[in-house]
Amino acid sequence: MAEKKVIDARGTFCPGPLMELIANMKLINVGDELEVLSTDKGTASDVPEWVNKVGHQMVSTTEENGVWHIVVRKAK
Amino acid sequence: MASSKISIMVISGTLERLQMAAMVASVGAVSGDEVIVFLSMNALPYFIKGHAANAPVEGEFGKTMEGKNVPLFKDLFHKAVELGEAKIYPCSMAMDVLGAKPGDLEPYLAESLGLTKFLSDAAGSQVWTF
Repeated sequence: MAEKKVIDARGTFCPGPLMELIANMKLINVGDELEVLSTDKGTASDVPEWVNKVGHQMVSTTEENGVWHIVVRKAK
Repeated sequence: MASSKISIMVISGTLERLQMAAMVASVGAVSGDEVIVFLSMNALPYFIKGHAANAPVEGEFGKTMEGKNVPLFKDLFHKAVELGEAKIYPCSMAMDVLGAKPGDLEPYLAESLGLTKFLSDAAGSQVWTF
């Protein structure tokens, strides 16, 4: 069954949240999801760009009280 | 998007330039691009084990950045290698001038390279200098 792990990268700046996401992406199984929490606005556009380039799947991007919740599914 | 090759020459020893070089190297490498980095002049000493990692700032932005939780440039270069298989080459001339041996350098660096070989490896790629 697919799992979802949360990565709390709040308070770090570009490219910290992206690097955290990528490091964790290597540890999970295909189909699993990662949710990155970030206060760095650039992350909300950088992560989808990276996901499209390397071929994973964006699930959602939402913002709540200055925190972006970016959910990505490992596709390969 | 097709992957490409990125060649980065780093010779500055100031925080802003080292930081930007490390950001280009790490983001490029983890995005599937082939990344090669050539460290020389004032940049190389930071990669000698035991050398202070706090580079002097050039301006206001650097000062502000120091007080924020920005990833350290050395950690980003390390991640470029670890997560993105970037190759970071110390310049052989700079090694000679510093009297540094391969064992003196951070272990994630590749073997030293001469400028002629780097230029030949960088041919046809995006080239960035810092």
